Amino acid sequence: MGEQKGLTIQGNMATALGAKLCRPDVIPAYPITPSTLFPEKISEYIADGELDASMIRVESEHSAMSACIGASSIGARTCTASASQGIALMHEMLFIASGMRLPIVMAVGNRALSAPINIWADHQDTIASRDSGWLQFYAEKNQEGLDLMILAFKIAEDERVLLPAMVGIDGFVLTHTVEGVKVPAQEDVDEFLPPYEPPHGKLDPKEPMTFGSLGTPEYYQELKYDQVEAMDKSPEVIDEIFEEFEKEFGREYNRITPYKCDDAEIILLTMGSMTGTARAAVDEMREDGEKVGLAKLTVFRPFPGDLLKEIAGDAKGLAVVDRNISPGFGGAVFAESAGIFINEKKKPLMKNFIVGLGGREIFKKNFKEMYKKTKKSVEKGSVDKMVEWINMDEKVMR
Amino acid sequence: MSEKEDKEMFASGHRMCAGCGEGIAMRTILNEAGPNTIATVATGCLEVTTTAYPQTSWEIPLIHSAFENAASVASGIEVALKQMDKKGETNIMSFAGDGGTFDIGFQALSGMFERKHNVTHICLDNEAYMNTGIQRCSSTPYGASTTTSPAGKFSIGEDRPKKPLARISAAHDIPYVATATIAHIKDLKKKVRKALDADGPALVHVFAPCPTGWRHASNDSVELARLAVETGVFVLWEAEDGEICDLNITHKPKERKPVGEYLKKQRRFAHLTEEHIEKIQKEIDEKCEQYGF
Ligand SMILES: Cc1ncc(C[n+]2csc(CCOP(=O)(O)OP(=O)(O)O)c2C)c(N)n1
Ligand SMILES: [Mg+2]
Repeated sequence: MGEQKGLTIQGNMATALGAKLCRPDVIPAYPITPSTLFPEKISEYIADGELDASMIRVESEHSAMSACIGASSIGARTCTASASQGIALMHEMLFIASGMRLPIVMAVGNRALSAPINIWADHQDTIASRDSGWLQFYAEKNQEGLDLMILAFKIAEDERVLLPAMVGIDGFVLTHTVEGVKVPAQEDVDEFLPPYEPPHGKLDPKEPMTFGSLGTPEYYQELKYDQVEAMDKSPEVIDEIFEEFEKEFGREYNRITPYKCDDAEIILLTMGSMTGTARAAVDEMREDGEKVGLAKLTVFRPFPGDLLKEIAGDAKGLAVVDRNISPGFGGAVFAESAGIFINEKKKPLMKNFIVGLGGREIFKKNFKEMYKKTKKSVEKGSVDKMVEWINMDEKVMR
Repeated sequence: MSEKEDKEMFASGHRMCAGCGEGIAMRTILNEAGPNTIATVATGCLEVTTTAYPQTSWEIPLIHSAFENAASVASGIEVALKQMDKKGETNIMSFAGDGGTFDIGFQALSGMFERKHNVTHICLDNEAYMNTGIQRCSSTPYGASTTTSPAGKFSIGEDRPKKPLARISAAHDIPYVATATIAHIKDLKKKVRKALDADGPALVHVFAPCPTGWRHASNDSVELARLAVETGVFVLWEAEDGEICDLNITHKPKERKPVGEYLKKQRRFAHLTEEHIEKIQKEIDEKCEQYGF
């Protein structure tokens, strides 16, 4: 294994560097805060002759994803970056990319959706594309952003998967924050991720085929089943590739990573950059003798229900922390977690906490509060308020 | 000063950079339009610097919704006002940057023109996506270094010429299209007035230098807009009633200045060699010949 160079860089540079190491052929992109540094870095790499790729400076995100689809359909390794309104504008094309089984990778700087317009972190943008058929990865720190880009290409392009993938890093908290990262050597990435060759054909005059045909009621449901099955079976592939990555590069990845969960009575379930703060809060509470643990979700799609059951099935309480909200219900991670346990006899009491929308800070004391509230419910044996918003201006709370 | 200008329609205290061309344009345009105006604005510098909750710089009713659709939202307002039986004296305006007009907003703009809505679209052109940090747009001129068209070992910066947005707009056969700058204020006012008075869609394309993105001294913005016209980089014209073969050139420089005078005041062009500048000069000469001067 070649040496892994240490660099101190912003999150967007980490995902751009991760992408560069994968030697993409075509990068269509459109600027949007907080992910713009990604296409800027790629432009620089190309302008300086460090990356042999073509960038398409498209006129909208709809065209960015459309150009990704075009490029990927002839077998090019393709990626882009976006956020918030940009992902919303490409929504139509997200479903088409996955329906055509094109392994496009998108680096996301997770950001809130309008209105009111807000450029800061939450997960609403990618959560709103939950049902688009893309794999979804979320990073806790910049190193994960870099590694997950490489992993995303490898998983997405695996013949057993063949689905597009997004890698989320929280807006500003990661995208614009400088952290130390280890950068795998190019030759090692080359070995880990060989050039992409579409296993089932591409647009090629020598072997003509039609992409995006009309799927009549006679065929549509089976074609969708096929696509969904690829997603359903992908955990096996993801675990295998995570393991291979760890062997090659020495960093461990899991779909969900438990922390101090073995004897935990109450577990906090988190996703993205908030996890670091939660871990510190758990450490402090442990020192005070509280039996609390933490589970970090790295893969949101496919949802790792199997692992969540293993980790939290014996706990008394599960506090699901969502940086997104589905108006009319609650957070998406909570909804999925609750769904997973529905047929289980043994399951934790569950509470949902909505935090950090539009860049609202999330403090250690907030996690302690969530823990206390969940503990109270456990002691009482019932949950009064299923969904609670944390760190709010009390004046507006009724 | 006419009655409608007694009150400033564009309040100070906004968050624009010092020397921002958009601010100068907006003050002139909104004062000319007056209080009986409803506006839509696209996402961009203008919107983020003037609408941070709970404040606003707009003394007229304003709606911002997204980046690509200012002209479509304005279409809705215009039709709804008609439908709800208003007399139709209210000006409907849509505002967008060059990104929100030339690129992502172009479909919405073309649709608004084609359906003949009585809407005046103002494009504030600072020749890049400035709000997100200076990325190239189809409005970015040849040779400019931006963050997505950086000058580098293998790149001279932007390698495409500027898209002729106003000419394309005029080709929609709409009643009024004009180009203007922040250095020619009387001309700008006159053109905004004509646009608002036209019976149907209108476009005023306003050249608005950006010290942050062009990297020039903030007190040079007006001077640069003037130089753009004096060198022939930006041509002032108007086209009425879809007259695109016989544009009315509203200001012909007596003697065109060499383009180097304009380029050298801006660091976005700092990497250009004399050879590049000659090439740009040649292209301008050809363009001006087309315009008939
Ligand atoms: C659909 C969508 N894509 C991207 C963005 C990000 N964005 C906001 S403003 C902007 C640039 C605006 O450029 P321009 O229209 O030229 O106006 P300027 O800021 O230069 O005045 C971009 C790319 C967005 N808000 N929505
Ligand atoms: Mg602009």
